[in-house]
Amino acid sequence: MSTDKILFDRVRKVFPGRRGAGGAVTALDDLTLGVRPGEFLVVVGPSGCGKSTLLDLLGGLATPSDGQVLVDGRPVTGPGLDRGIVFQQYALLPWRTAAGNVAFGLEAKGLPRRERAERVAHHLELVGLTGFADRYPHELSGGMKQRVAIARSLAYDPDVLLMDEPFAALDAQTRDSLQDELVRIWQATGKTVVFITHGIDEAVYLGRRVAVMTSRPGRIKQVIDIELGDRQAEEDVRSTDAFRHHRHQIWTLLRDEVRAAQSAVREEARVG
Amino acid sequence: MVDVAARPAATRPAVSPVAAAPARSGRLLALGGRALHRSVALLALAAIWETVPRTGLVDRVFLPPLSEVLVAWWELLRSGQLAEHVGASLTRSLTGLALAVVTAIPLGLLIGWYRPLADLLSPLLEVFRNTAALALLPVFVLILGLGETSKIALVLYACSWPILLNTIAGVKGVDPLLVRSARSMGLDHLRLFQKVILPASVPTIFTGVRLAGAYSILVLVAAEMVGAKAGLGYLVNYAQYNFAIPDMYAGIITISAIGLVVNQLLVAGERRFSTWRVDVTTA
Repeated sequence: MSTDKILFDRVRKVFPGRRGAGGAVTALDDLTLGVRPGEFLVVVGPSGCGKSTLLDLLGGLATPSDGQVLVDGRPVTGPGLDRGIVFQQYALLPWRTAAGNVAFGLEAKGLPRRERAERVAHHLELVGLTGFADRYPHELSGGMKQRVAIARSLAYDPDVLLMDEPFAALDAQTRDSLQDELVRIWQATGKTVVFITHGIDEAVYLGRRVAVMTSRPGRIKQVIDIELGDRQAEEDVRSTDAFRHHRHQIWTLLRDEVRAAQSAVREEARVG
Repeated sequence: MVDVAARPAATRPAVSPVAAAPARSGRLLALGGRALHRSVALLALAAIWETVPRTGLVDRVFLPPLSEVLVAWWELLRSGQLAEHVGASLTRSLTGLALAVVTAIPLGLLIGWYRPLADLLSPLLEVFRNTAALALLPVFVLILGLGETSKIALVLYACSWPILLNTIAGVKGVDPLLVRSARSMGLDHLRLFQKVILPASVPTIFTGVRLAGAYSILVLVAAEMVGAKAGLGYLVNYAQYNFAIPDMYAGIITISAIGLVVNQLLVAGERRFSTWRVDVTTA
């Protein structure tokens, strides 16, 4: 247990029902999941299974109704700069340039100005955006915005990087190239990454382990070790037998959950 | 490595020096054409104003031709009367507007930020907002007298609403994702406010200030028609009393011109503060 960087310990999260819309919703129930230091863990699950809730709890933006979330053995009590979140919709400040956005977390950390400038330049370079420092978000493409967001989260040097479907809004080619970039950055920095997605291919491609969630209430159904051999050596790792095997494995696990989720939605529609 | 999209827009073809001269005159022509197109309605109005009284379609005593009005305007300017009235009016409206800016913006920020305060005050705000400012003029005069105070207070009152409501809307309209993102970096309330809420709401606040600028002149002129010894509203009213009809129209034209200039200035300011908003409006 003590070897886990992050531990979800029998976590439950209940949202009180909206006024007039019936009872409370249990998003997560008795969820236990450990993340090892420096590992790239992908959480995959059907939509509405509470993946994002999981991340909110870890980020300290929400508190569990029961159980606890531990980082380095200490319970999470609130947000902190030891965990960086990358959101699907980038969440860049539109009135700040790329550099200004990357500097944002550093200001929160209270870094002196000169050191800030150095770190900003370094991290823009890390995500391949040198020369775009003075651009405003509306002047950048979706992929570039997400690079800025990643640079911003890395710049204040968190131990853990939490990513909430960060590439879901991007086109396929941009997504592929950003996935490669992310793996490279992960290897270069040695951060612990928790990556949330609903894409099976993305999960197999990025994850060294993949946690499959059940439909609502979310639990961990199974954690799968992804063994693809030497990924660098392979020309097209997505078309190898090992990749296909893992993809099918996860697809099978998810199929029942997706069905369950759909029938639950149908049930709700009939009742409501 | 960089995505293909969003290249710098430096691919505009360079104009060769030979083609430059005719191109420039062509562009000037186009510019002149556009200016003409945009002023044609105004010129038509001026022409109608000039000819209709002269042809006797309307009584030229009540509507003197534009040229006579302009002569009267020039006389007012030369005698220094116009400057005095404009000065009096502008002092009042700018003072009122400035006071509204410094009181309504902080109040709006507070109301927008603290939900309990918003719930407490919103019924009150609704009542006052829907009370026409000019309906309160007699009350202001009754309590504050006929002097400057009541007029400035009225401008302050009228200007406060657009600023206040826009500030509240600006704070409430901040993208919750930005707030979440900033919170995830552990920003405390004060810094969240300073670094996210405030800059995000500046464009909306400035829209309120621009509206208030228009109101400040609108209500002031009306206020000056009741018990004032100087000001453009007074000039218009007084001229009408004394049957100096060209002077009256000169005063009206001046009011329009000032309103136009103030609005243009504030629009320019608004644009300056919200360049980054293109993103929000197009996406």
